Amino acid sequence: MLRRYGRVLALLALIVVQAAMAGVMSVMLLLSFALGMVFLFPPQAMLVRELAELNRRLVRDWTDVTIESPYLPAPPPPVPQADGMYRSDRTLYKTPRVPAWNNRWKWLVSDPATWRDEVWLLLDPLVKVVLAPLLLLLPGRGLRVYGLWSKKLLDPTAASRLAGQVSHLQRTRNLAADSQAAEMRRIERDLHDGTQARLVAIGMTLGAVEQLVETDPKAAKALLAKARDASSETLTELRRVIRGIHPPVLAERGLADAVRALAMDSPLDVTVEVSLPHRPEAPVEAAVYFAVSELLSNAARHGDARTATVDISTNAATLRVTVTDDGMGGADPAKGSGLAGIERRLAAFDGVLAVHSPPGGPTTVSMELPNVLPTYWTGASTKMPRWKTATVVILWATAWCPTFPQGIVAGIFKVFGIEEKTWFLALHLPEPWQWPTITGMILLGVLMHVMAIRIPATHDREKFMADATPTKPWC
Amino acid sequence: MNRVLIAEDLYLLRDGLVHLLQAHGFTVVAAVESGPELLKGLLELRPDVSIVDVRLPPTHTDEGLQASLAARKQIPGLPVLVLSQHVEQLYARELLADGSGGIGYLLKDRVFNAEQFVDAVRRVAEGGTAMDPEVIAKLIASNARNEPLAALTPREREVLEAMAEGRSNAAISQRLYLSESAVAKHTASIFAKLGLAPSDDDNRRVLAVLAYLNSR
Repeated sequence: MLRRYGRVLALLALIVVQAAMAGVMSVMLLLSFALGMVFLFPPQAMLVRELAELNRRLVRDWTDVTIESPYLPAPPPPVPQADGMYRSDRTLYKTPRVPAWNNRWKWLVSDPATWRDEVWLLLDPLVKVVLAPLLLLLPGRGLRVYGLWSKKLLDPTAASRLAGQVSHLQRTRNLAADSQAAEMRRIERDLHDGTQARLVAIGMTLGAVEQLVETDPKAAKALLAKARDASSETLTELRRVIRGIHPPVLAERGLADAVRALAMDSPLDVTVEVSLPHRPEAPVEAAVYFAVSELLSNAARHGDARTATVDISTNAATLRVTVTDDGMGGADPAKGSGLAGIERRLAAFDGVLAVHSPPGGPTTVSMELPNVLPTYWTGASTKMPRWKTATVVILWATAWCPTFPQGIVAGIFKVFGIEEKTWFLALHLPEPWQWPTITGMILLGVLMHVMAIRIPATHDREKFMADATPTKPWC
Repeated sequence: MNRVLIAEDLYLLRDGLVHLLQAHGFTVVAAVESGPELLKGLLELRPDVSIVDVRLPPTHTDEGLQASLAARKQIPGLPVLVLSQHVEQLYARELLADGSGGIGYLLKDRVFNAEQFVDAVRRVAEGGTAMDPEVIAKLIASNARNEPLAALTPREREVLEAMAEGRSNAAISQRLYLSESAVAKHTASIFAKLGLAPSDDDNRRVLAVLAYLNSR
């Protein structure tokens, strides 16, 4: 209780700072846009962001309302053209300073979060004053109401959330495309230097055989044996290349057995624990397989390990992989290119890699690939909350009543002039109300049927869109 | 001892195998191209030996291997020679797990050498084994840490590898340019070092070695 009062008092005390800031900020804003002193705007916006971030943190820590940071990612530094100049719109600059400033300006002005922050800064002191009695009398409830108010303006809008997702996806897509292109080049090199060269050699040997077969059958026979050996070597080589593209055992048996096969071929004593109810998608399987393969060979090569454990498990739609070895530790993703390669591969699935490798070991590498497993594995997504199920059941149970007896049947009675009124509401009413009631009943019934169909149909989608639905006053 | 069933989905290879085996005096009772057909053939025709590709339609995964394992569960010791484009310890261990003979697991490349291949088919048909040198090398490598194996001399290790591939003493002596009595001496020493009961029967001896390698 005392702590809550402390928080309330701290929030109220902040009014003074905020009011002062709001004054100064308004002046700066006015100067930058009314008098054209545009250089004032970026520092002003950044200062407001600092304050807004502080408020987000306080609300997050002090109430159960969570507010995320809504800002779009900062623009990347300008890249020089081929002639060493930096372009900003149609002007070229010798140094990156002006283009960088321009980009920063555009980034701040175009981000809706900047303007929402400004509005929040102006309104927040007033809201706090209005809420002061509630905050002081019922601090728990008051803090929550204040948190909800802050969330209204400080939480990301659907648009900014989507924009953030788009830029994140763009980044990971580029990474995935890069690593795929690198793979392709590696395979091309392998085929070109190995398989292709060997096939050329076989062809040449066979050509020589053709010439010798009549004049010197003995030499021809020896050459044929050589060609056969060479074709066998080519196959071995090709098998190695295929293993690097997509290991056959992975295609044939799936992740669990492929990892077991890896464990058997590893010089380490590897224990494998896999609990997967079904097979994940092929790209996920391949990424995990190559990651585990890389980690095991790292452990054997650099870590001087004797035993290792591979554990693959699921948590809802998340795939978790942990590889532990008893080597001497000291693995660092920043140093070893192997770990960085795994990170790049996993990035395509939003996967994260955590390395715990103190000097002297043991090394634990855990990987998490969120949302890579179909949700039907967990069966969680299709379940509707009880009130929705109840509504749907009630709708199906009652929708027939307005549609048929009270609507259509009553209409038929009226058209054919049947005197009987039975329990049809419309026929008991005065004449001018009868048709509107019948039409209304039919409409109501149809509406109820539509609702009963729509609620379950939209449920999945709602869950899916929940993070991006515009629930804010403006987006 | 020469009724053979062939399961292979590539027409050229299937046809080649049929011709090769017919030329060496085998009777091809069936040449099938999918997993379900294979299982039916194995159970109904009970061929003296079957040559089975691991990857078969309809799923193109390990259909052939699964059908062979299923058939051998019903008819223990039904001789099957599995061919594949790649060899895996995992599959070898599964094939060897039941401990009965009449099993082979070779790379498809081995078909290139007709005599050796036909020899392997005969061995499997007679209840022996034919394991690919590559898979034996892998099995031995994964046992490398194991003390008794490390105690073998290089020569004994060569003999062990040849023996694990399924070769008889006579074949080993030919391959390693040793006298048969020398091979017998080496095998006796290997069995003593690995703590296995010696046996005069070639097949049973091979199975003991494979079981030893498979046990870890």
